[in-house]
Amino acid sequence: MQLARVIGTVVATTKAAGLEGVKLLIVQPLDRAGDPRGSALVAADAVHMAGPGELVYFVSAREAAEALEPSFVPVDHAICAIVDQVHLLGAS
Amino acid sequence: MKVASVVGTVVSTINLPLLEGRRMLVCDVLGPGGPTGESTIALDVVDAGVGDTVLLLDEGTSARQILGLAAGAIRTVVVGIVDDWHGVE
Repeated sequence: MQLARVIGTVVATTKAAGLEGVKLLIVQPLDRAGDPRGSALVAADAVHMAGPGELVYFVSAREAAEALEPSFVPVDHAICAIVDQVHLLGAS
Repeated sequence: MKVASVVGTVVSTINLPLLEGRRMLVCDVLGPGGPTGESTIALDVVDAGVGDTVLLLDEGTSARQILGLAAGAIRTVVVGIVDDWHGVE
């Protein structure tokens, strides 16, 4: 699971079957220092409360499909939690 | 599985029901020469702490088996605390 910042939203009217009603957000994966790492990607919002600017973590691959209800929604990345705080060793 | 170093913890209030009350750790994946630069968030089932070297499992079916779940969006789990390990440069 990967830490990320929500940086945008995606609206798509025409979608594959199973993706109806799924909120899609653009997230930028971060390293532990909070710096961007890799390309931004589109993740489904499984907590239904995430929005732009928020720190989240997401799960990838088959497990993403299990994050949403009903199970096995066809997505490859899903937001699992909105992060309140990250406590790091040696950081204030 | 990978060897990783626990460098922090993550606190969240709004999360998936299966993550409720679970301890999530920030882990730096280690290679023979030290941190590889890859950092991941993992669920802790062995009471690992910050500073520990741990064994990281990154596969969903095994993760669910450990947690006793038939289904669920969990994939990365800290499954062991490493006492000692030796890498070849």
